[in-house]
Amino acid sequence: MDSGTAAVERVFREQYGRLIASLVRRFGDIDIAEEAAGEALVAALQRWPEAGVPPNPGGWLTTTAGNRAIDQIRRDKQRDAKHQAALMQYDDSPHDSTGPIEDDRLRLLFTCCHPALAPDARIALTLRLLGGLSTPEIAQAFLVPETTMAQRLTRAKKKIAAAKVPYRIPETTDLPERLGGVLTVLFLVFNEGYLATGDGDPVRAELTGEAIRLTRILRQLLPDQPEVTGLLGLLVLIEARREARVRDGQLVPLLEQDRAGWNRALIDEGHTLVRECLAINQPGRYQILAAINAVHTDAFTAADTDWSQVLALYDRLTRLDPSPIVALNRAVAVAELDGPAVALALVDRLPLAGYHAWHATRADLLRRLGRSAEAKLAYAAAVAATHNSAERAYLTRKRGELV
Amino acid sequence: MTHYLLSVHGPAERNEFGNYGSKQEMEEAFAATGAFNDKLQATGYWVFAGGLAAASTATVVDGQGEAPVLTDGPYLETKEIIGGFWVIDAPDLDVALKLAAEGSKACRGKVEVRPFDGLA
Repeated sequence: MDSGTAAVERVFREQYGRLIASLVRRFGDIDIAEEAAGEALVAALQRWPEAGVPPNPGGWLTTTAGNRAIDQIRRDKQRDAKHQAALMQYDDSPHDSTGPIEDDRLRLLFTCCHPALAPDARIALTLRLLGGLSTPEIAQAFLVPETTMAQRLTRAKKKIAAAKVPYRIPETTDLPERLGGVLTVLFLVFNEGYLATGDGDPVRAELTGEAIRLTRILRQLLPDQPEVTGLLGLLVLIEARREARVRDGQLVPLLEQDRAGWNRALIDEGHTLVRECLAINQPGRYQILAAINAVHTDAFTAADTDWSQVLALYDRLTRLDPSPIVALNRAVAVAELDGPAVALALVDRLPLAGYHAWHATRADLLRRLGRSAEAKLAYAAAVAATHNSAERAYLTRKRGELV
Repeated sequence: MTHYLLSVHGPAERNEFGNYGSKQEMEEAFAATGAFNDKLQATGYWVFAGGLAAASTATVVDGQGEAPVLTDGPYLETKEIIGGFWVIDAPDLDVALKLAAEGSKACRGKVEVRPFDGLA
């Protein structure tokens, strides 16, 4: 791929969620929106490498895709009455958001996260339609064959169209119960950006940025929901460390990061958000995770970390969510307070043999205990369980340092 | 607007009180379902509704051959069958799901919501 093509594809991916959301609003049909977006990409690939990327690429793509969609509907005599009706209701209002409630992407988010859709399909649709990930990338994220993921997406889109899953923000009375599913999806989208599962870019800033952007809008809409504030606090505190997290193509673990490279503005914002949501005194999963990240980002150096506070927060989280993944993260704090041997005993009990972070945590604990041969095997298992290039590079180096 | 079938699923075996545990339970459910039907008509979502007689009263007809073949009994021999249904006309799935939840509470059974094809 030459650099011109790569630039077009990068811009396209950045604009994808906005483009699809505005097309769905205008034409009331996800398939039409996706086809038109695809045609706009082809047009951009023909034009931009020579003519240059236009000053407002999002506007160019929206106009081009909108025109292609209208052409396509007019051309296609096979379209049923529903599509004709959609065309007649053609909405010519500008695609810029006029406020949080009017944001097209937020509406599409509630559609993608609708409780009538299967949970796996909700995340897949959000990554596809708002994150702009390709079907193979999503299949890799879910560890399922590409055909399975394609069928899952097709089935969900057919249900949205046939059963008329609405494209709007739920009424105030329904919002709280619909919210949990949306927060889960936003957190998963962020995580896919922060530690990409595929073997492409190890960090996908457009996904972390998109998750934060959508969470910000959600918070403007629901300022009194502490879990929304908690999730936003959590995401900005993690995002604040993004630049320091990869160096020379290798992942840099939290405790080895250059803290001068952290984004102070985001950390300050995150700390304010954490204080604000905890003051409401309705603790939840995201608020506690945000508080843990606030403790980490409060420490001037890694050695200054208040591990007893981190452990106390993980104990609270365990009461809400007694999952093995929470137990794994809690064990990292235990290692700092009670030593790697105590932590390893906790980690070894967890049923997470398919999870790269379990192998990586074991490898680190074994290394600290001087059990090099076992540590090497655990590093190798961790490398085998992840496709992320920066994580693989880090784990491979750590393994190589062992004698 | 879209037409949705709200079908009520319940046990195939019925007693003297239909699917209900007692005469009182049955009468309460009938009254609540009647009130829900009145509301559907008043709010304009109503298309049609009805309760079905026992599955044992069904006859399956296969008219694909030269002469129709008749078979006594329901098409599927299952423990759970459709005991009744509504057809509603609703603007979207959220409205249909809300009405289905009300109908489910009224008739005391699980309700499957399924859109009709092409009756937009």
